[in-house]
Amino acid sequence: MPCEELMTLAAEIAAADAPEPSGPRPWDLDAIRRDFPILNQQVNGAPLAYLDNAATAQKPTAVIESIADFYRHDNANVHRAVHALAERATLAYEGARERVRGWINARSVSEVVFLRGTTEAINLIAHGLGQGWSAGDRVVLTQMEHHANIVPWQLLRERAGIDIAVLPINDAGELDLAGLPRLLAPPTRLLALTHVSNVLGTVNPIADIVHIAHEHGVPVLVDGAQAMAHQRVDVQALDCDFYCFSGHKMFGPTGIGVLYGRQAHLAALPPWQGGGEMIRRVTFERVRFADPPQRFEAGTQDFAGAVGLAAAIDYLDNLDQGALARHEQSLLRYAVERLDAVPGLRLIGRAAHRAPVLSFLVDGVHAHDMGTLLDRKGVAVRTGHHCAMPLMDFYGVPATTRASLAFYNTRDEIDRLADAIDYARGVLA
Amino acid sequence: MSNELDDLYQEIILDHNRHPANFRSMVDAHRTVEADNPLCGDRLTLYLKLDDDGEHIADLSFQGSGCAISVASASLLTQRLKGATVAEAEALFETMRGVLTGVIDAADTTEALGGLAALAGVRRYPMRVKCATLSWHALKAALGAEDAADSVSTE
Repeated sequence: MPCEELMTLAAEIAAADAPEPSGPRPWDLDAIRRDFPILNQQVNGAPLAYLDNAATAQKPTAVIESIADFYRHDNANVHRAVHALAERATLAYEGARERVRGWINARSVSEVVFLRGTTEAINLIAHGLGQGWSAGDRVVLTQMEHHANIVPWQLLRERAGIDIAVLPINDAGELDLAGLPRLLAPPTRLLALTHVSNVLGTVNPIADIVHIAHEHGVPVLVDGAQAMAHQRVDVQALDCDFYCFSGHKMFGPTGIGVLYGRQAHLAALPPWQGGGEMIRRVTFERVRFADPPQRFEAGTQDFAGAVGLAAAIDYLDNLDQGALARHEQSLLRYAVERLDAVPGLRLIGRAAHRAPVLSFLVDGVHAHDMGTLLDRKGVAVRTGHHCAMPLMDFYGVPATTRASLAFYNTRDEIDRLADAIDYARGVLA
Repeated sequence: MSNELDDLYQEIILDHNRHPANFRSMVDAHRTVEADNPLCGDRLTLYLKLDDDGEHIADLSFQGSGCAISVASASLLTQRLKGATVAEAEALFETMRGVLTGVIDAADTTEALGGLAALAGVRRYPMRVKCATLSWHALKAALGAEDAADSVSTE
């Protein structure tokens, strides 16, 4: 089947079906919270304060219903049959691709690959680019990367003998860009870095960094897993070469994620997995692969997940982005103020430009005890190394407690976090 | 009784966390085992010295850092097994593993456990069981053959 034509048609149908932009809804935090049914529950006798959004974000009813509706009415495998359900499912899947394209401002739907998530996207790039690299070729990472943007390159180092260089950070948790040009000299083949740190909340100046990298002829892969929940991302404005993100961290379902790649880059990449749907023609003697994005979508994809991701984008698109950013930054400032007032509490990371993520240690209270004791008060946080052990080593700490906020969190929940930390200090002091 | 057993942070746990027993290194230890739980960041070293007969534990100590549960568990372990026979220690390892993972009802073994019963509450916190078992796996390794691994890890 000529997938390009189908994708184009589906994109046009999706664009034609899109509601007229009516402007965002007024910012009403109570109404927004009612959109997320899971938030309205008691945990250990207290109202849930969900402050673990960097691990996974909660889903609005619109997302949950979109998936249920898809399975209830439209489910069939995509791109395969010509019956009515298959057509609806295919249009829904390709419509979701168009929705993603528009949201991140990619030039074409062929630049949007559906995968399981950020981790799979980075693995795909490391696998595909790596096939053209030689021993001694270099990838540059940063000190603040998640293991998902470290381990795939270490696997490539084992396979192909490449080198890994690390861009350092300062104590505040900001990249030290002074050394970047030196690291970008040959034989550097790629700079791979996170947009927003999952531990520190640091928002890296991606557009500036991409500009520097391109001056040195080095393409840039951006791990956007933590960015998509806090800001609308424009891949053309960033000018990055690859941008990877996960649906579940931006209020969509688990199991679906996106690799954006410039058309020329994707066209040059070999397949990731072999199977159905990623081929043009197969005989036992040879196989001709499909063009991107189908080349990278072997087997039955999580098309229901793609539908849910599109619903999440619809939901986000209907929010006032300016009000969202102001609310999050106001929550962040308030949380820093409250936590700084706790005796013996040390905040890790104080970048000037931050997403609302707060990692901290408290004297005399190990992070895991903190996690259990906060849970007793209904406050859900993450504890441990947050899949960023090199960053933990940089700060010389084994583990931290992390409160990560979303736009649906409230000042009251910050107060409850601070009170629960006091309770934990009281228990263990 | 069951309420008391179910409570994770009992006073005895908190006391052992604040003032762990046998919290020291041992230069003349026969066995030294490093134990860590990289997911939590818990890391401890268990030191074991045997009597001349090789049958009794002459001295037992630990050092390291971890959450209150892992520190208290290690502290209680060393306190309880100093002077015990190797066979007793091996039997207690099996009992404790059963109690901490909920396979053995702590109420049935309260007498045998003594102060260790305070750790039984962890079975109601599945995410925390590995904190309590860390030092016990270190003990098991220390009691093993001399060529046994000198490091253990729980995740």
